[in-house]
Amino acid sequence: MSLTRAEAEKIPPTRTERIRSLLRTERLPHIWCPACGIGIVLKVFAEAVLESGIDPDKHIVVSGIGCAGRITGYLRLDGYHVLHGRPIPFAVGLKTSRPELEVTVISGDGDLLTIGGNHFIHAARRNDDINVILINNFNYGMTGGQYGATTPPGSRTLTSPYGHIEGAFNVPYISAALGASYVARWSVLHERELKKSILEMFTVDGFAVIEVVSPCILYGELNNIPPLEMMKKFREKCIIDHNADLSQIDLDPSFKKPIVLGNFLKIDKPSYQTQYIKLIERVRGGARGRA
Amino acid sequence: MASGNGLLRPGVYFMRGNDAAVEGALIAGCRFFAGYPITPSNEVSARMSRRMPEVGGYFIQMEDEIASIMAVIGAAVGGVKAMTATSGPGFSLMQEAIGLSAMIEAPTVIIDVQRGGPSTGLPTLVGQGDIMQAKWGSHGDYSSIAYLPNSPQEMFDLTIEAFNAAWKYRVPVIVLADQMVGQMIEKVVVPPHEKIQIVDRKRPEVPPEEYLPFDKRYLVPPMAAAGEGYRVHMTGLTHDERGYPTTRHEVSKWLVEKLVEKVRRNEKEIAMWETYEVDDAKLVVVAFGITSRSAKRAVREARRKGLRVGLFRPKTAWPFPYWALEDIVSSGAKVLVVEINMGQMVHVVREYVGKENVYHMPWAPGAVPPPETILEKITEVYSP
Repeated sequence: MSLTRAEAEKIPPTRTERIRSLLRTERLPHIWCPACGIGIVLKVFAEAVLESGIDPDKHIVVSGIGCAGRITGYLRLDGYHVLHGRPIPFAVGLKTSRPELEVTVISGDGDLLTIGGNHFIHAARRNDDINVILINNFNYGMTGGQYGATTPPGSRTLTSPYGHIEGAFNVPYISAALGASYVARWSVLHERELKKSILEMFTVDGFAVIEVVSPCILYGELNNIPPLEMMKKFREKCIIDHNADLSQIDLDPSFKKPIVLGNFLKIDKPSYQTQYIKLIERVRGGARGRA
Repeated sequence: MASGNGLLRPGVYFMRGNDAAVEGALIAGCRFFAGYPITPSNEVSARMSRRMPEVGGYFIQMEDEIASIMAVIGAAVGGVKAMTATSGPGFSLMQEAIGLSAMIEAPTVIIDVQRGGPSTGLPTLVGQGDIMQAKWGSHGDYSSIAYLPNSPQEMFDLTIEAFNAAWKYRVPVIVLADQMVGQMIEKVVVPPHEKIQIVDRKRPEVPPEEYLPFDKRYLVPPMAAAGEGYRVHMTGLTHDERGYPTTRHEVSKWLVEKLVEKVRRNEKEIAMWETYEVDDAKLVVVAFGITSRSAKRAVREARRKGLRVGLFRPKTAWPFPYWALEDIVSSGAKVLVVEINMGQMVHVVREYVGKENVYHMPWAPGAVPPPETILEKITEVYSP
């Protein structure tokens, strides 16, 4: 049964009712393509904010450039849509100087791992106390579908018409190796698991990364895996294994091997920011004698 | 040395320029520093790393200069006064983010201790080649402010001015020092703190539901900080007064004009300069930063020889105090611009004084032009 637009508009938006207070509804409709997965992340994140027990006024979102980066513009939170590749250092500056805030970066794979790869590496190494939701759609959607650092080898993209000949980052594997406190991977089909993971991320002291695998209509078209087909595969071909060997979980969107999801890593170690606050106490305690 | 609150006590000190800038920044309220190592600015981050915890502030060394300036912008939107320090190559890397700072009206302070260029150039030697970059370095139309200290004392004073201007006008502000001024050690007087004027952000006076982050009624809108409940959206995209992206021509026109007018309309209040023996001068030397000190000696020598020569020293490159210079040379005096580059401020001077009477002494060997060399040029230009 198909509905007319007028009929469709009369249906109450029950699925988004709960998060209305966190949406800039005056900005809708959003810019994402039909069948894009990013909107699901928006919804799940907003639900997690409401359930986090942290005042939404203290939740800050930061994003870079690209499709995923537009999320901050639809959230009624303090939100900063900054330079391409640079949301992580921006978030680090904000979190370091205002430790009471809960700062989350939500951006794409090209933004955070290709142009912004150096910042990702060092924020993970320093164990900066920020949350990173990295939406991986295997290509640069906004600019027409070029390849990036997470494009699987062999993929066809706007700039690899003969097949991609580079390797791709395995996000959980490198994140763990770099020293992140928390590492997880979910798909946009796994809403409940993703939300739980985001809620857990809010409690972590240190660099917390969730890779969210998402379909992209551009990537899908060129690689014979339309978004709905990919969503089906997420249901049929994903394996949840929290104890997976991270070195073996490269993504293969053609699903020749299953996509491994899970909450892979949670380490209790102090962040840069926690250590710096202690450092201030130590220095000021010692300085009092000299003053 | 430090008082109970960790700030440098009033008094007379023998201090390096880069260190004086740090103490000025802390007194101005700077509580966050992010930087990346680069010669000849390293004394700034070294001292910041030691001093920040003493005043309850935060220091972080980032992975590069792009990250440093982005962290500074991040702290600024949180309402925390923040700065970074660098030199030419790092300043080049920061340019895109300087545009973001201007676009979202996040107040930032950058100390650029200039060295010889281009490229890696002369890391340990003096240069003045970032004059144009300080104004035109990022793409598109925006405004910045740039100070030109010529002593450790001015590294202290003008860094305070830089913070005040940044937070008053919500713009990126650059302290355009140079290797000599940054690394020389001289007398620095720290006045009683209560005599130092400190400017803070104008805060919103309306409840969050009425607040517009880029309210059209203001040239410089009141600034809500992150976490204060105003739920702002800020973007580097062209945006309306709600902070929302738009491609509407009239909104773009309003935004870009405002970003430029913020400084242009206040140029007389912001600009600073100094003159020496200009009243009857037939030739006015224009020099700034460390070069002004050599030029002053040359002017004094010229006077001794009976030549009517004066010195005009801009203390702000941007806005350039053109009206003051126009006034001085209105009697038809010649102008000689001396700078440690192949020609940057001379273009600004020619824009206002005209091409006819403006002479240039470019100097780019990684050293300050000696007074006697400037004097030779003065003599040559004075009576051709």
